Amino acid sequence: MADAAVTEMRFRDPVRARALAARLGELVAGAGRQISVMHVCGSHEQAIARYGLRASFPADLEVIMGPGCPVCVTDLPEIDEAVALARAGVRVATYGDMLKVPGTAMSLADAQTEGARIDVVYSVAQAVELARATTDEIVFFASGFETTAVATAAVLVAGPPPNFSVLSAHKYIPPVMEIVAEMPGARVEGFLAAGHAATITGAAVFEQFAARHRRPVVVAGFEPLDILAALVALVELVVTGDARAINCYPRCVAREGNKVAQALLWKVFRPIGGRWRGIAHVPSGNLRLRDEFAHVDARRRFTIDVEALWRMAPPALVEHCVCGDIMAGIAAPRDCTLFGRACTPETPVGACMVSSEGTCRIWHQYGGHPDLVAIGRAAPAPEVP
Amino acid sequence: MTASDRVTLKMGAGGRAMRQLVGEVFVAELAGPPMTEGDVGLAALDDGAAVRIGDRWLVATTDAHVVHPIFFPGGDIGRLAVCGTVNDLAMMGATDAVMLTLAVVIEEGFARAELVRIAASIKAACAEAGVRIMTGDTKVMGRGEVDRIILTTTGVGLTDRVVTDRGLAPGDRILVTGTMGDHGLAVLAARGELALEVELRSDVAPVNGLVRAALAAGGDAIVAMKDPTRGGLASALHELADKAQVGVVLDEAAVPIRPDVRAVGELLGIDPLHVANEGKVVMGVRPDRADAVLAAIRAHPLGADAALIGTCVADAPGRVVLDTGFGRRLLIEPEGEPLPRIC
Repeated sequence: MADAAVTEMRFRDPVRARALAARLGELVAGAGRQISVMHVCGSHEQAIARYGLRASFPADLEVIMGPGCPVCVTDLPEIDEAVALARAGVRVATYGDMLKVPGTAMSLADAQTEGARIDVVYSVAQAVELARATTDEIVFFASGFETTAVATAAVLVAGPPPNFSVLSAHKYIPPVMEIVAEMPGARVEGFLAAGHAATITGAAVFEQFAARHRRPVVVAGFEPLDILAALVALVELVVTGDARAINCYPRCVAREGNKVAQALLWKVFRPIGGRWRGIAHVPSGNLRLRDEFAHVDARRRFTIDVEALWRMAPPALVEHCVCGDIMAGIAAPRDCTLFGRACTPETPVGACMVSSEGTCRIWHQYGGHPDLVAIGRAAPAPEVP
Repeated sequence: MTASDRVTLKMGAGGRAMRQLVGEVFVAELAGPPMTEGDVGLAALDDGAAVRIGDRWLVATTDAHVVHPIFFPGGDIGRLAVCGTVNDLAMMGATDAVMLTLAVVIEEGFARAELVRIAASIKAACAEAGVRIMTGDTKVMGRGEVDRIILTTTGVGLTDRVVTDRGLAPGDRILVTGTMGDHGLAVLAARGELALEVELRSDVAPVNGLVRAALAAGGDAIVAMKDPTRGGLASALHELADKAQVGVVLDEAAVPIRPDVRAVGELLGIDPLHVANEGKVVMGVRPDRADAVLAAIRAHPLGADAALIGTCVADAPGRVVLDTGFGRRLLIEPEGEPLPRIC
């Protein structure tokens, strides 16, 4: 606890934050134009919103949230597979955030209301424990980027019980950055890369990316000062036209990453192309189980009939949902007519409102991005007795 | 019948949905013209009602209490039932209750020993608050027809001056009498599903003595009071700001929160500003008397952690702006019971 308190003091110091914000202001003012950068991590958006950091960003700096939430980018057919399995009588274990994500016609929560057995777990290890405690077939519907995919891989390498298998919706971050960087209409001049995914892959993967797309990348941590310092570094690179990758999170991220974890990841998974919800087809963006793990691959173990679901009518509101544009950084939640009205955390229409890492959910939780800087500043200062 | 034709849990959580339900169903049907000049009636949706009796005000309030678990670190449903009603009276300025009533609805099979324990707790809380239960009612219902036990308490008191929850004006300071979020996170932790190693304690306590001391020091300068129960500080401030049509700018660093409450909140993804307190007051105080009131409250045993946490402004009516020290964001009004983050 003492260590945590010290860490908190170091990375949550408002005086240093104000100095960094001032530096950011100077850099953007010096550029004399609007600068747009993107972060690709829900935890970054959480921290930016929670600490009200956007209010301290210069007006000409746009910090867009990209496809940074694994729950949000899980594609409709992947949800449909899990729903179809559950409706066929297989017990599906998954993270709570996956429950309400709408599929083509229904969510896992809807299936549960119909009578399907869904078990909410906090970790893949807990799903394995569940399988050990029963003779029922347990399918772990696995979502998450490389960090959680490594945990899934570790369980499969260790040898799970025979009634346990995995339906993988795991995703791999670096390829989607390539897509977003070249997306028509995208105005992203640089990226903040997700610190925890980089603990696995290492900072070096972004060096080639930066050179290839002529856009700088800065690996950033999640405390307020981490984010501000990384933004200062990123804007400096943008302004000077220096398309490099910099690691601003060296206390956790090594250049080569965690080689043991990488070995586990690629022993179990192979990257394949597939759609990310609302964004695009992402070559090598999805992680599927290798042939050696066919016996624990739910897609090979069961006949999953999703076509019956696709014939059901999707909920009418879905047509108005702009989650795809929000995740690609083209639109903001306030551009969506459903936001906060028909679409709320309790009745999400789109995926971005479901997860605690989804942009719409975060904006809803922290009140969005109204202009709050001037409020109360014009009023007379309170009297001092 | 559509979903909106049914009452949902969200409508009982103390936020906008609840005010809307109460307004559309009960206020619309039951609120009548004033009984006496300047009275506080149902339509005010304040902590209680007030009618003029001679040169004083008669204040009344009533509250039904359900909590799971019924015994939790720092208190139980009996203590909660007494404190809730004593505190609602105090929020109207009536710090000396004339009497309390108690109605008990018990589920068949409830252990007699637990009932005795609850009665003892009620007695102790009454002694602490300086009040007595003067009349009551007992009902037993079949198994499954009620969730274990429901206590309903009504309080009656007298006061020379009524303090409402709509008296804020730009420039007023916002004061809290102690740490935020203790009760809500203690009860959540006591449910045991979360397997937490820390034991948080509820702050449930009668605050009438503390309010008496504050009013003695502040007098007319105390312009609004609210106990931040369901929905916590965030809900209470929204209600105060909305009724007075002022904005509130809150200094997050000044809001007192116990380190263990903060830690559990971060772990669960629940903001301590969104969960209930049962022994705290949020006050609006005219700026020139704010420090005197703060000093009087800090001198009281229940007010040691009191702090001035914010200022009312004219240019954001109904909104609560949180200054985090790093920037600003809105502190939104919670809707529904806070649920722990799952993933």
